[in-house]
Amino acid sequence: MTNFGFTILKERHIDYDGNDKSIAEYICEREPSFRTCIECGCCSATCTTGNFTRFSLREMNILLKRGENDIVREQISKCMLCGKCTLVCPRGVNTRNVILLAREAFQKQLKNAV
Amino acid sequence: MPEKRKEVIIIGAGAAGMEAAGQLARADYKVTVFEKEPKTGGHVKDWYHLFPDSRDSGEVIEYLDKQLDHKNIILRTGTVVENIKKNDGTFVVRTSDGGEISSDAVIVATGFDLFRSERKEEYGYGIYDNVITSSDLEAMFRKNEIKRHDDRIPEKIGFVHCVGSRDEKVSNLYCSKLCCVTAVKQAMEVKKHIENARVFCFYMDMRMGGALYEELYKESQERFGINYIRGKVSEVSENINNKLVVKVEDTLAGRPLKMELDMLVLMAGMEMSESGLKLAGASGLKTGENRFFSPADHHFGSNKSKIKGVFYAGACTAPLNITETISHARAAVADVIDYFRNPKS
Repeated sequence: MTNFGFTILKERHIDYDGNDKSIAEYICEREPSFRTCIECGCCSATCTTGNFTRFSLREMNILLKRGENDIVREQISKCMLCGKCTLVCPRGVNTRNVILLAREAFQKQLKNAV
Repeated sequence: MPEKRKEVIIIGAGAAGMEAAGQLARADYKVTVFEKEPKTGGHVKDWYHLFPDSRDSGEVIEYLDKQLDHKNIILRTGTVVENIKKNDGTFVVRTSDGGEISSDAVIVATGFDLFRSERKEEYGYGIYDNVITSSDLEAMFRKNEIKRHDDRIPEKIGFVHCVGSRDEKVSNLYCSKLCCVTAVKQAMEVKKHIENARVFCFYMDMRMGGALYEELYKESQERFGINYIRGKVSEVSENINNKLVVKVEDTLAGRPLKMELDMLVLMAGMEMSESGLKLAGASGLKTGENRFFSPADHHFGSNKSKIKGVFYAGACTAPLNITETISHARAAVADVIDYFRNPKS
């Protein structure tokens, strides 16, 4: 087949089929409420960290579900676990536990790699 | 036919109850309508203009009043129905004044209550003077006086969608479905009153699934310049300048947003009415997880209860607009007549 040079630009596209969704799956299994997020952003609006840094929990949620894990891995340590996001979530997602589980999943991934 | 004329009791004289009463009366049934409030008309009378065509709610009230004005109808206002009991083929209804009256069928049309916005404490209703509800704003429209608490004209006004709807924190998972279009209508109306006003709607999803809703939404952008920001407001505070400060994430820009406002309108959702809930408990009528009456069948029996001869009409079954409420009431009447003709089926 002729190669026209078209490819997925990692910078622009979400390579959904190629991306690793295992972190999101790990969280969903242990905290099923994670599945019910509607991306309303209430968590990010109230987030202490999000008001001072680039951290947005809503964005983390969607990135994990799309398998864009690198950004999340880099950002997730910023959360101070204050739990305000859990208080405001209209879907009753246990957002604090989502963060803890994401960290746990990244840790395990790291260990397995070593 | 020497057969005794059938009698129907209707509980509630809002849009649903009034429409059903009129239809039954004209079909020559005897109807008694109970209304807990001193006046009929339910929530419609509290509204000023109606979506999607800005019609004066007074026209709807006038139509509904005409339905009730029939020799076959007895209206009893200021009377609460406490329970319904089935006795062989007849129903005995007990009222708050200790009376009992019987009938051959009952239509429950107890409607809805507006969500009490003070329950979302973080939005500051009842705490900050310039946080009002959609219902308060209608009252201002009617008085032709949109003013802040300090009598100044607000120039920057926000609308918060989904107050008490789609919110598990207040046990209301369901969408009230009319608040979005009401916000669009009210935002436009504010602009008609205050020409230089800047208006912002904070929404989670714009649910414009009714006749002419989407058109209204577009008109609000095109003709009135209403701004839409996608994000659920997390909290509201007041600053030293006596302005309201709203915290929200602009989810489409992906960044938290703070905005100062002169006035904030909370789009209160619809809940099963308290009186309906009491009646359900006292009469063994089934309610769903959303606390509204659950119909016998979602497709073929949305007017039927589990008790044969007791029917539902209107927003006591789910959030409904006026058009849907009137259609639902007519369908209830069809079911009642069918029940009289074929009581066994």
